Amino acid sequence: MRDEAVRALRRGVAVLVLAALVLAPWTVDDYTVALLARTLALGLVGVSVALLTGVAGLPTLGQTAPYAAGAYASAVLGSRLSDVAVVHLVVAAAAGAALAAATVPLVVYARGVIVLMITLAIGELVVTVVGRWRSVTGGSDGLAGVPPVRPVWGLPVLATDRARYLYALVVVAVLVGAVLLVLHTRVGLLLRAGRDDEARLRASGHRVPAHVAVVHVAAGAVAGAAGSLLVVAQQFVSPADFGFDTSALLLLGVVVGGATSVGGALVGAVIVVAGRDWLFGVLPGYAPLVLGLAFVVTVYLLPGDGHRSAGGPGRLLPGLPASPGGRERPAPTGART
Amino acid sequence: MAVDTRIDPYLVPALDGVAYGLLVFVAAAGLVLCFGVAGILNLAHGTLYAIGGYTAAALLDGGWSSLLLALAVGTVAATAAGALVAGLLTRVAARSHLTQALLTFGLALVGGSLLVAAFGPDDPPVRVPAALDGSVAVAGHRYAAYRLVFIVVAAVLAGLLHVAVRRTRAGMLVRAAVDDAEMVAVLGVNPAWIRLGVLAAAGALAGAAGVLGAPIIGPGPDTADAVLLLSLVVVVLGGLGSMGGTLLAALAVGQIQTLGVALAPSAAPFLLFAAMAAVLAVRARGLATARRAS
Amino acid sequence: MTPLLHALGVTVRYGALTALDNVDLRVEHGQRHALIGPNGAGKTTLLDVLGGATRAGGGRVLLAGRDVTRLGPAARARRGVGRIHQRPAVWSTLTATENVVVAALPNAVRPGRWRPGARRCAAERTAGAWLERMGLGDVGAVPAGRLAHGQRRQLEIAMALAGRPRLLLLDEPAAGLSVVEVARLVEFLRALPRAVAVLLVEHRLDLVYALCDQVSVLRDGRTVATGTPAEIRASGPVRQAYAEGVSLCCARSGCVPATPTGSCCTR
Repeated sequence: MRDEAVRALRRGVAVLVLAALVLAPWTVDDYTVALLARTLALGLVGVSVALLTGVAGLPTLGQTAPYAAGAYASAVLGSRLSDVAVVHLVVAAAAGAALAAATVPLVVYARGVIVLMITLAIGELVVTVVGRWRSVTGGSDGLAGVPPVRPVWGLPVLATDRARYLYALVVVAVLVGAVLLVLHTRVGLLLRAGRDDEARLRASGHRVPAHVAVVHVAAGAVAGAAGSLLVVAQQFVSPADFGFDTSALLLLGVVVGGATSVGGALVGAVIVVAGRDWLFGVLPGYAPLVLGLAFVVTVYLLPGDGHRSAGGPGRLLPGLPASPGGRERPAPTGART
Repeated sequence: MAVDTRIDPYLVPALDGVAYGLLVFVAAAGLVLCFGVAGILNLAHGTLYAIGGYTAAALLDGGWSSLLLALAVGTVAATAAGALVAGLLTRVAARSHLTQALLTFGLALVGGSLLVAAFGPDDPPVRVPAALDGSVAVAGHRYAAYRLVFIVVAAVLAGLLHVAVRRTRAGMLVRAAVDDAEMVAVLGVNPAWIRLGVLAAAGALAGAAGVLGAPIIGPGPDTADAVLLLSLVVVVLGGLGSMGGTLLAALAVGQIQTLGVALAPSAAPFLLFAAMAAVLAVRARGLATARRAS
Repeated sequence: MTPLLHALGVTVRYGALTALDNVDLRVEHGQRHALIGPNGAGKTTLLDVLGGATRAGGGRVLLAGRDVTRLGPAARARRGVGRIHQRPAVWSTLTATENVVVAALPNAVRPGRWRPGARRCAAERTAGAWLERMGLGDVGAVPAGRLAHGQRRQLEIAMALAGRPRLLLLDEPAAGLSVVEVARLVEFLRALPRAVAVLLVEHRLDLVYALCDQVSVLRDGRTVATGTPAEIRASGPVRQAYAEGVSLCCARSGCVPATPTGSCCTR
């Protein structure tokens, strides 16, 4: 009963948020529109987090790494190549995917809380590198004045906040649609099966590490593309955009959105990030306190994972050994004599 | 002689690195306990350190007694905070690691803003005992006396920790749990008590590190994040769950952060990244196959 | 002729405990081979070693003459080793059909011409056929997590067969099944084409004698005898070994052997 109600509520909220997203640029001021465009970019990162956390069962706190790689690649490389946003998008996605590919060996054999730790460490190290590599990234001051772009060849430059926002909205819609389509094929089936029982997947002859690697790289590409959107949206990028709190916020958004649902993750991340921005606007001094309490309350209020244990995010839930055992592969299915 | 002159300029950063590394180790040891024994990624761990740091800033007045007082108060306060985290985690204990991590992150935000509200948004100055405020000569260099003493104290702490883990019954339980989480459940120890004990112990370690280390990594609004992430990198580098590995990693990170910055300022952050990548790549495969060879 | 499966001197130790001690086992092509022995004799461990889930500390495993000792479970499955677990292992959020589809994918026959979805379409047809054969035709759209225990066992068998194995490793397939389900299982295993060899771990000797043409007896991690069912029935030491095991396991579970040869301990 409660499940149904929660699901109906989620669907209602999703429809409302999507409608609001389309209508927003005509109803709010330019500053808010710019803020929303950035929020959309974060929502797309949320989608990549959901892809790993909910769908593939690899909880991650490090998707800010490919996000940052994409943003800087877009701002530094893309700007030199062309003024066409789609080129930037491709460059950024490639950068995100490349970074994710480079870190595949670090996550492919790890599970559970270990993945959280490793991804968090990777994300933070990437941000540290970005902050110190002054000659390319502008260090902690960031890169300001990224030139405006045109969406595709032949179209005018995205000169207003509203235009940039609509561009971001279209890109997010297309990419989320693409992710959903792919998840509808047997790729989605395989990922869900891996989340349910990875050992069984191996016993059937599937190359599980390859699945993990592919989904990790794909999520990196999506996060990288989101980085390009961020640069388009705010024409500025600095390490502050990729802080540790961003990862935690996205994860909360994904959990709120239902963890296993990609669309829910987008909506959840958008709500959580917008809520954070709103909070910092109205309560500048106490925002972290209220935000922290919001985290605690949300975690308490969320429907327990228990009811999903038959069909929930497997790798995050089952009694994974909490020790270094957690990084070993789960014990072979079936009891021993 | 020639060797001496070449090493000489790097002596001070190298010593700094040892102090820094030992500090990070004591802070990180608590994180190893949390995740190794109880399977919790405690994102509020840095806040526990910050509690110690702020206590030191508030209580230290240049005398020895104030140092002892600050150490006692800071350790107790951080222990209590750790126990509080454990208590709040009880309700979501059956949930995923993810939920627990999110809860501790919320607590870190709350704790951080409470600390800022209580002590102000600036980095408060920390006064070390007057007797240690000066510098001493080390191989012809002036070196801060406090840091030298800190190195000794932190080394003693690390030694005590080693003995506690190796020789005591609680330590045996801890090692058993790190090896096999189910084992402790079989022994009939209530997981809620394990969580409480581990988080309180982690709080004590972080609080003590915060007080003693305040002159090295001082309290401030960014301290909690910085300490958490340094500890995290060290724990991951140390092979996730081994105290010895964590100590080595902490010392290495200390050297990278001090000597590395002195030698090759632009390469230091990359070095950290590369070291972690290498260690993880090697260990991940090693562990994955180790279980199979029985 | 090279046997389909040849285990040579397989040894597995867990710390001080030796689970398997220098075990040899030959399974010929198309053979129905049973592995019997008291609880704790190492039967499941041996299946784990043969399936690749556990790596042996010593010894070699040859599959059709090729050394697969160092290959993991996935690589062995692709070489034709199918596995049925003691506790049915299925993907609980996937429907029964999807379970079979996913299990069939690694060894699926490639359709000649690529059309969007052709592979999945073919896989779904095959999956439907397998479900039908296992008596699961009407639960194809039900998530596997909601199926009854017996249905999950049937589903896992369908999954294993859909992967087109040459060798099926069955770990106590009759455990926890109803009388009707056991009868259907026996009938089904009898009807399996001879292209599939079967290695069956089973406590119920009536099933073993009904199905198998070769029996190996495992005790304390060693093979104590191998032969036809008649030979095994006649051999004194084996009866003794097994009788001890039966009384042992019956003492543990408090059940009474149903027949003199002892079919007990169906958990």
